[in-house]
Amino acid sequence: MSKSTTTVMQARDIQKMSVGQKIVRVLSKTGTYAFLLIMALIVLFPFYWMIISSLKTLAEYRQAIPTFWPRQIMWGNYAEAFTTANLGDLFMNTLYVGLVSTVLSLVITVLSAFAFARLEFKGKETLFGALLATMMIPGELFTITNYITINELGWMHTFTALIVPFLVSVFYIYLLRQNFMQIPNELYLAAKVDGTSDIKYLWKVMIPLALPTLISVTILKMMGAWNSYIWPKLVANDDAHQMITNGLRNAFTDTSGQANYPVQMAAVAIVSAPLFLVFLCLRKYIMSGVSRSGIKG
Amino acid sequence: MKVVLQNLTKIFPSRDKKAGKEVVAVNDFNFEIPDGQLVGLLGPSGCGKSTTLYMISGLQKPTSGKIFFGDDDVTELSTENRGIGLVFQNYALYPHMTVMQNILFPLQNLKGKDKLTKEEMLDRAYEAARLVQIDELMDRKPSELSGGQQQRVAIARALVKMPRVLLLDEPLSNLDARLRLQTREEIRRIQKETGITTVFVTHDQEEAMSISDVIVVMKLGVVQQIGKPQSVYDDPQNLFVAKFLGTPPINVLEGKVEGGKVYIGSEAVLEIEGVEDQEVYIGVRPEGLEPCADGKLTCSLNNLEVMGRDASVVASHENAISPVIRAIISSDIKIDPSAQSVKFNVKPHKFFIFNKETEQRIYFEVK
Repeated sequence: MSKSTTTVMQARDIQKMSVGQKIVRVLSKTGTYAFLLIMALIVLFPFYWMIISSLKTLAEYRQAIPTFWPRQIMWGNYAEAFTTANLGDLFMNTLYVGLVSTVLSLVITVLSAFAFARLEFKGKETLFGALLATMMIPGELFTITNYITINELGWMHTFTALIVPFLVSVFYIYLLRQNFMQIPNELYLAAKVDGTSDIKYLWKVMIPLALPTLISVTILKMMGAWNSYIWPKLVANDDAHQMITNGLRNAFTDTSGQANYPVQMAAVAIVSAPLFLVFLCLRKYIMSGVSRSGIKG
Repeated sequence: MKVVLQNLTKIFPSRDKKAGKEVVAVNDFNFEIPDGQLVGLLGPSGCGKSTTLYMISGLQKPTSGKIFFGDDDVTELSTENRGIGLVFQNYALYPHMTVMQNILFPLQNLKGKDKLTKEEMLDRAYEAARLVQIDELMDRKPSELSGGQQQRVAIARALVKMPRVLLLDEPLSNLDARLRLQTREEIRRIQKETGITTVFVTHDQEEAMSISDVIVVMKLGVVQQIGKPQSVYDDPQNLFVAKFLGTPPINVLEGKVEGGKVYIGSEAVLEIEGVEDQEVYIGVRPEGLEPCADGKLTCSLNNLEVMGRDASVVASHENAISPVIRAIISSDIKIDPSAQSVKFNVKPHKFFIFNKETEQRIYFEVK
């Protein structure tokens, strides 16, 4: 049945609906939207609170009865945040770690997903099974062993310690492998006939076809680097290698013993902005990538 | 470019080691495909025809035997260096590329002295597109094309690098009946125009017969017969080939040769010479049965199907192996549809006998 006939029939069905049905429909719609609205408010409120707090004076912030809109807007908090916390350096450190680990882990993910999806070699299934099994181990357990390893290797307080342990993500390999496997084998054979090497086929055909997944992997990886807290705190919490999350934590607490919360909030707002923008621009890919895998992000 | 297959054999090891049965997909295939001809590999599914095609393409390595393109031994050459064009059953177009990019793709991969400039590539791509009449569609994506158009793009992509050999794997099976007729003429036309040696695989005997210069009939990895379509049809070497070719199919009956006569049941239908007395299978083409008042073969009449130009007499016989006995006759010949039985004479050149054990053809002289 063609699309137009379907819509015509739907239109007719709607006309036929009785008044009772209409009331039920309107009520259920209202209910749904009311629910969504409340949920959205719950989610958005912390953001709102972060922004108004960042614009208050310290005195206003400390009031027993909080105000919902700052009496005096303190744009100066943002400038202060930037200098106090040395945000410039923190940004650069985080960006460096984020970019390097994203690029390297994309290369690793793509190559291993290709091998597991397309190449024939001995022990492929066993190896892949072993990799998947590591996903069962909670991440916190890795923290301990990784800490010991990093220490033994003498990588403490280096960027290497921040990048290397998370380069291989079984989850992303699995995600991309599934994506690659959906690409029909005939395309591979056709590309062989057309005179391509494996690597060129991967570059020209598979990567473009799996682009949505690769974009979501990139975003998730960047977010991971941006948000990581515990691991950087353990292995590289010195000034030269401090990441943004730890920087924020440390910068505002040790001045004169009193934390300047509005300035801290301003810093948090600055730091969240890039991720927020990335999410707004690319949310289509994030959602499609994660929902296709059917599991967590 | 002639293609020579020499003792070509492909054995697939068994998946399950305990069951231990390996599959011989192609068994000792010898054939020389003459330059510039269109060859149809024909057989039921699982007969090894696609495997043969993939071995010619290099996508599968033969277990033993050799393949030559002209005088070059290409057996060890990888697919990308063989210079072949291959059209897949499902076309295998790159979905993220436009028609233009799909056709250009093989050219962009050329290396060394074959490397082309951008202009040359575009010229070649347009030339190939014009040949299959899709030059209007160059900016579309494959998903925006009909099945027939996708098929043409696939052929253009295979032809654009001027392959030494063009291979087509069931090229028509994804098209509807009308388009199939049209496209097979098209394939014939393109093959004639380019003069490229072409091998195509099909399970549809009508398709193979209608456009091939030569057909190869295969069964379970073994070549049964090779020849011009008409001569294979007229002169099948065994019962399988006789049964596989022809629509409607050949009528097969049990019978015997005794004292220079071929008997079906108790009726002697043909007098022959040069065959010893034995039990045989008898094959008679539907057009080889002539209704005749004093005919020698008596069948009970089931019904009469009139199809305009000719008519089909559907009858049955207790010695028949095929479910019905079918005769194709001119609709001018009048048959009483209410009659209980019908008598036929057989045309000797449409009448074959086969050894009951080996199912090989037994040649005879008509007395």
